[in-house]
Amino acid sequence: MTSPRIDRRSLLTGAAGVAALSLMPGFARVAFANAPTDKRFVVVILRGALDGLTALAPVGDPAYAPLRGELALEAGGDRPALKLDGMFALHPDLAGFKAAYDAGQMAAFHAVAIPVRERSHFEAQAILETGLGRAGGRDGWLNRALGVMGWNDAGKAVAFSPSVPLILTGDAPASSYTASALPQGTDDYMARVAALYAPDSLLGPALAQGLEVQAMAAEGDPGAAPMKGQGQRQANMVPVAETAGRMLARADGPRIAVLEAYGWDTHVGQGAADGQLARRLANLDAAMTAFRKGLGEAWNDTVVTIVTEFGRTARPNGNKGTDHGTGAAAFLLGGAVKGGMVTADWPGLADRNLFENRDLAATGDVRSVLKGALAGHMGIDPGRLDRDVFPESSAVPALEGVIRV
Amino acid sequence: MGPSAELALHRFGLGARPGELARIGDPAGWLTAQIAAQAEPVSFGDFPRAAQVIREAPDRGALKDDKDARKDYVRELRDAARTAIGARMKAAYVSDTPFHERLVWFWSNHLAIGMQAKLRVVPFAFDYERSAIRPHVTGRFADMLLASARHPAMLIYLDNALSAGPGSRAGRRRDQGLNENYARELMELHTLGAGGGYTQADIVELAKILTGWTVPPKEFQKGDTAFLFAPNRHEPGAKTLLGVRYDEGEEAGVQAITALARHPSTARHIARKFAAHFTADAPDDALVAHLEGVFRDTDGDLGELARALVAHEAAWTPALGKARDPIQFVTAAVRATAGASAGQIKPESELALLGGMRALGQVPFSAPTPQGWPDTAAAWFGPDQVVERAEWALALAGRITQSVDPAELAAGLFGRLLTDTTRTAIARAPSPQEGLALLIASPEFMRR
Repeated sequence: MTSPRIDRRSLLTGAAGVAALSLMPGFARVAFANAPTDKRFVVVILRGALDGLTALAPVGDPAYAPLRGELALEAGGDRPALKLDGMFALHPDLAGFKAAYDAGQMAAFHAVAIPVRERSHFEAQAILETGLGRAGGRDGWLNRALGVMGWNDAGKAVAFSPSVPLILTGDAPASSYTASALPQGTDDYMARVAALYAPDSLLGPALAQGLEVQAMAAEGDPGAAPMKGQGQRQANMVPVAETAGRMLARADGPRIAVLEAYGWDTHVGQGAADGQLARRLANLDAAMTAFRKGLGEAWNDTVVTIVTEFGRTARPNGNKGTDHGTGAAAFLLGGAVKGGMVTADWPGLADRNLFENRDLAATGDVRSVLKGALAGHMGIDPGRLDRDVFPESSAVPALEGVIRV
Repeated sequence: MGPSAELALHRFGLGARPGELARIGDPAGWLTAQIAAQAEPVSFGDFPRAAQVIREAPDRGALKDDKDARKDYVRELRDAARTAIGARMKAAYVSDTPFHERLVWFWSNHLAIGMQAKLRVVPFAFDYERSAIRPHVTGRFADMLLASARHPAMLIYLDNALSAGPGSRAGRRRDQGLNENYARELMELHTLGAGGGYTQADIVELAKILTGWTVPPKEFQKGDTAFLFAPNRHEPGAKTLLGVRYDEGEEAGVQAITALARHPSTARHIARKFAAHFTADAPDDALVAHLEGVFRDTDGDLGELARALVAHEAAWTPALGKARDPIQFVTAAVRATAGASAGQIKPESELALLGGMRALGQVPFSAPTPQGWPDTAAAWFGPDQVVERAEWALALAGRITQSVDPAELAAGLFGRLLTDTTRTAIARAPSPQEGLALLIASPEFMRR
């Protein structure tokens, strides 16, 4: 990077900026506070609906191979599925997940779903993110979790996206970060923009939060070149995962993070051991490996929750792909996870067991996984989880025993 | 505050050009006159229509075997995409009918395609907006919907081109079958809206009705058409959609799409989306109800819908209640600084502007999902995005070589909407360049 190195931190806290900054209420709390905890809690949203029957294949179900035909993974051959237990095997490109499973650091869940039967991506993603038992709702469960924990620092909860997604939107401060392809403004210019935005209830706080996280990222890796075009939704998740890991590793870094991955909506030519979906899974696996590398020792204090809005149809469609379905797979990954197991009340893939004669039925509520991870790792009181984080969810108990204590 | 020239330019148009504000005496009349504007920008004449794209497509077999030819073709597509985006944006930078352009953008986004999603969409993306959307933005919604349904860009993007009835000849003989993707989005996004009263069974029936609607292979392409109804892919027998029986055949698809366009849920869905896009993230209920009535009573006349919008008092309040998305933001910045003359926008600047849009997270013809680009403040005023817009404003101002008095420019662009905070910030800027950057980064400029 040849442009002059800008130290936003000195802008925010140094004497030079004080005169201008004193006008800005949004800048009152910009000095990096040390984090309220060492624990890291990360949510990865796979947007577009991951085919759980490929990522976590029920190879032990006798109906699986005939039902799936050429989309089925094989137990043998060049690229066999990675066997976890008598029923389930991971896709061959999820080797990192498999290693974590073997080390007891990955727990998998199958036939889980959001509480509403909904096959629209957009509606289903909204429900996954609001954590409600119905459509509607304007804030996300992860933001409400921040509120319950009493966190009040936007730098501690970061979405690695151009904007804050619904899951992290709400009353508690949160921010977003992507590496910019644009030249940074000078400190003086940014201070002037901040003064200009001070009276603005949307732009003022947004700029303050954006600058704070940008400064943190620059400090974490001053030599790193900006990753071009991260403002857009990237197919390659690895660079952003590595950046996220590095930032979360910092003593004063974020503790809550959201990552998003796209490209899972495989209506056509999905592939099996190889092909379109295999490439997405390989990228996810590499991203999680990069994330772990970025985290270093902090991996041991980390739980990554990987979820998608719904599963895909049990049978292939007419184009060697799959359409929108119901029961899905979910994963917990990280050094703090008590893993090495697959949890599923397996409904079976025989025709009579399919939901509406087309989808893997859902026998579990994905919120029980999320609640189990939040309760076990972040120590949120179960009553608050039922009432405030996932309102009206007391009938969906938190899964126990998924986090190391 | 009723109709004002300021809001006519900023909310309903593409941002003000220097001197323009003073010339608009009758804001609502200025907008209404643009609704009738039909001529497409002259520069569009150079672009191939969809039929020509099919005729001139390289032989697929040859591409499969020849790695270099494949590489060349991808490069060709990339250049074509860039040229198409350039032409579209240039038309906006210099348009004298900016409200009409905004209508094109709204409807193009309502029936969105994303050329980044599938390489095969790329050569059709420009023609999609030009031929399927633009001619209908002041015509009947059903006609636009049909044109979209038959256009190769949409047929490929949402996979209907590949869908075959399980009981059709192609379905039985070859390893092909039903694909629900388009049918679902047609109801959820294009017409009825989520919760619009359809079931999964309706999605399957609609998908069956539309089997056979596909893109003609080169050897079957005839005349000006880029659409083929392939009977051998069509699911035999009658189907039932929303309780209505449809016979086998191509005509059933036309009837089904027309019925969806006229459905009361569609009027409700579109009225709210249209009002929200132009006026406020949470639009005035009376305005929405009025637009819904107009859409229903005029059989989806989109020109009447636009007229009803600008004639309604609630469409003009609150001022600057919407966030500009990056494409609108970049366009407004160019119109504010480059003036009306196309000659002043150099090709290298066009490229830089495209880079700006990309960096800010939005590229024409590349909607991230079939839902299209969002248009809310929540989607575009994220912490990271706000920092990047401020950075981009500074970068753009640095490229402007002509001498500009930013204070004078600000007053001319925003008139009564200019706040004291922005006026003061510009006046105190250390250089005209930074003053200009602060104007472009200002809260007024970020909104419409």
